[in-house]
Amino acid sequence: MRLTKLSRNLAIALGLGLLASTAAMAAEGATARHHVKEVEFEFEGPFGTYDRGALQRGYQVYKEVCAACHSLSYIAFRNLADKGGPEFSEAQARALAAAVKVQAEPNDKGETTDDAGAPLTRPAVLADKLPSPFPNDNAARANNGGALPPDLSLIAKARMDGPHYVYSLLTGYDEKAPGSFHVPDGKYYNPYFEGWAIGMPKPLSNNGVTYSDGTKATIEQQAHDVVTFLSWTAEPKMEDRKRMGFGVLIFLLALAGILFAAYRRVWKDAH
Amino acid sequence: MSGPSTYNPKSGLEKWIDSRLPLPRLMHDTISTFPTPRNLNIWYTFGGILTFCLAVQIVTGIVLAMHYVASANLAFNSVEAIMRDVNYGWLIRYVHANGASMFFLAVYIHMFRGLYYGSYKAPRELIWIIGVLIYLLLMATAFFGYVLPWGQMSFWGATVITNMFSAVPVVGQAIATWLWGDFAVGDATLNRFFSLHYLLPFIIAGVVGLHIWALHVPGNNNPLGIDVKSPQDTVPFHPYYTVKDAFYLVCFVILFAGFVFFEPDFFGNPDNYQPANPLVTPPEIVPEWYLLPFYAMLRSIPDKLLGVIVMAGAIVTLVFIPWLDTSRVRSCRFRPLMKQFFWAFAVVCVILGYCGAQSVEATAFGVPLVWVARIATLYYFAYFWLIMPIIGLIETPKKLPPSIAQSVLGDSAVTSAE
Amino acid sequence: MAATTSDAGTRRDFLYVASGAMGAVGVAAVAWPLIDQMNPSAAALALGTSEIEIASIQSGQQIVFKHRGLPLFVRRRTPAEIASAKAVDVNSLPDPLARNAALPDNTPATDASRAVKPEWLVLIGVCTHLGCTPTVSAAQQPQGEYGGWLCHCHGSAYDTAGRIRKGPAPSNLAVPAYTFMSDTRIKVG
Repeated sequence: MRLTKLSRNLAIALGLGLLASTAAMAAEGATARHHVKEVEFEFEGPFGTYDRGALQRGYQVYKEVCAACHSLSYIAFRNLADKGGPEFSEAQARALAAAVKVQAEPNDKGETTDDAGAPLTRPAVLADKLPSPFPNDNAARANNGGALPPDLSLIAKARMDGPHYVYSLLTGYDEKAPGSFHVPDGKYYNPYFEGWAIGMPKPLSNNGVTYSDGTKATIEQQAHDVVTFLSWTAEPKMEDRKRMGFGVLIFLLALAGILFAAYRRVWKDAH
Repeated sequence: MSGPSTYNPKSGLEKWIDSRLPLPRLMHDTISTFPTPRNLNIWYTFGGILTFCLAVQIVTGIVLAMHYVASANLAFNSVEAIMRDVNYGWLIRYVHANGASMFFLAVYIHMFRGLYYGSYKAPRELIWIIGVLIYLLLMATAFFGYVLPWGQMSFWGATVITNMFSAVPVVGQAIATWLWGDFAVGDATLNRFFSLHYLLPFIIAGVVGLHIWALHVPGNNNPLGIDVKSPQDTVPFHPYYTVKDAFYLVCFVILFAGFVFFEPDFFGNPDNYQPANPLVTPPEIVPEWYLLPFYAMLRSIPDKLLGVIVMAGAIVTLVFIPWLDTSRVRSCRFRPLMKQFFWAFAVVCVILGYCGAQSVEATAFGVPLVWVARIATLYYFAYFWLIMPIIGLIETPKKLPPSIAQSVLGDSAVTSAE
Repeated sequence: MAATTSDAGTRRDFLYVASGAMGAVGVAAVAWPLIDQMNPSAAALALGTSEIEIASIQSGQQIVFKHRGLPLFVRRRTPAEIASAKAVDVNSLPDPLARNAALPDNTPATDASRAVKPEWLVLIGVCTHLGCTPTVSAAQQPQGEYGGWLCHCHGSAYDTAGRIRKGPAPSNLAVPAYTFMSDTRIKVG
């Protein structure tokens, strides 16, 4: 009898768990896109942390490749020096910022453009957000054949299986379209993209960037690095979170242990 | 069970306070000495756990409101600022977001426990009905809260749910427009939802007070479903149930912390990390998991008005349970037939949840899920409106033990039978 | 049910105290994030420095800029104002300390330690009494008895070096850390 009771309790717990997990499965449904590639990232799992080298290289890939079309509007230059992030030194972050021009504040005469009509700019400082490649969404569409390049700050969390999805997409251009599939003009075949026809041309090429740390810049390496970087931009507090999590769980387990002892003690004579 | 007070003020100060505002007496009688059946099991600890959940949501919510901006242009950004720049903002937001799911997990366990042990039966009808009211308020609060981050799911969830009101004949569209304060979900909607999301938890707290007050008149039901007959059947709430509740609460918090620190987006939807876009609906609109069974019912009905009625009816039905159950025995432990139907009901609820999460055209083993959902919906209603009254009349319950004390402390034969 | 021997009682008491103490530690640990979240966010802390163009300020005139959410006074002093500020005996001042963020805390409040270049006085425009913004004194519209600033909230009068001379304010107007990037441009913070 005891056993059946236990199994029943387990069943109800499992049932509720199943109910909860169906939500996570929901978005998969009947999508056409291929399953994401099986790759492993250092930041996965409860003990995973971001690879600093990959984060710094990933920023380089973003800056030299992605930033031509994609904004990263939730990231400021100061974040590049944040603990748990790429951890550039403050001086490095300052230099990275100073190398980039951002829209300046109105000058003393209240002007926002120079005599030629170009927007006034100044070198960025740590507090500045990374500049967007286009002044607004309409300009972005107009320059990209009508497609809007999404902001990448949260891309790793805004897609199912985010990091794997972005990796698969970036490395998925070389597969051949099935004969029956017609790729529309101005689009490119990528089976990891919903609908298979993507507006973004193949962004990465072998040695498309030159890594200063000597890492060989294969497409896979660049994809790995930029995915690591974008995972950090989406979840910049991940390392803090996991570290604190272990402390909290150890504390709670100890508290549960002592409460269990107290519980048994109190109830010893009452059963 | 609320017999004469046993509070005995000792110091002069305690006497002084007691004769003016007998709050210590109330605490003493309702928490310390409150006689509680000695056989309550793990499923009875969820009342305390739910109180904890409410407190956590209110505290973290007040903190989030210090940084959140309820404006269509700024809401999404302000949430990201909380996640990135506010000190411990990520922690507080993840606790609040996962807290909603943990709250519903606990609520469902609490409700199924009440169903199984017949805790809604006389003299506890009002406790149950107040509980259904809390459940309704909770769903409303959770819905308003889910809109606030102003992501794609927030926006389209709000659009779909508020459009249900447009199913009402004649005035439906006017009601929807009134809810929105515009011709679609927008800035005005977001602001009022924020206001209501902040208000409702305090109303819930008040209604929870009534729930506990009503509970303290007849006292707890128990797994045997028999009345307390003598002081032998009970133990004082403190320390027996304070320590038991505390232990299980910490176990629950371990699960909670596991999600917050290691899978914070487990219950979330990736689409909600995209800012709301009124021009593009995401391919799959899914409500939060705790609303999925009702969503499945809604979708299984091909008629707009009827679908909304069925969905609302599923919740309204709960109010009538105390009178739909005709059995003279409370606990399903002694109802061999009803027990089978109860577990079938639990499975049906999970199936409905599963159907609600799948796309409209999905099939399972070649059967369209919409038909599975239809049959499950039918069972849901039949369980309360047919099975409950009929089984209560035809079923022969097992023999009830003479008393709680005898069941727990008595001869080992009685103990091992349970 | 309550048949406890004294030994069992002790053990039970120990468990109570231990769980109570651990619970208290847990609550305290939870309290910190809830308190710390109200401190300035990383974004607020990052907005440190302002660059200000001062060429357009006329002699005897003050312009107010916004720096870290506070008014920043930049005053171009006349020779007479400088002379009157230099003439004051530091020891007779209510607050004899310079209150200059760029200098050590015990620096005396001489005019030289209040203004790097005598012509330019840069101050945080917050009365040290209760935080109002004092009104500047000008030839055509004098404020207070000392030619500097007068706080209308509670009557604190400051001299032409921004030093408190009369009224309830306890200390001189603060001088922020700033540097001259050129003769006409300063960087504050």
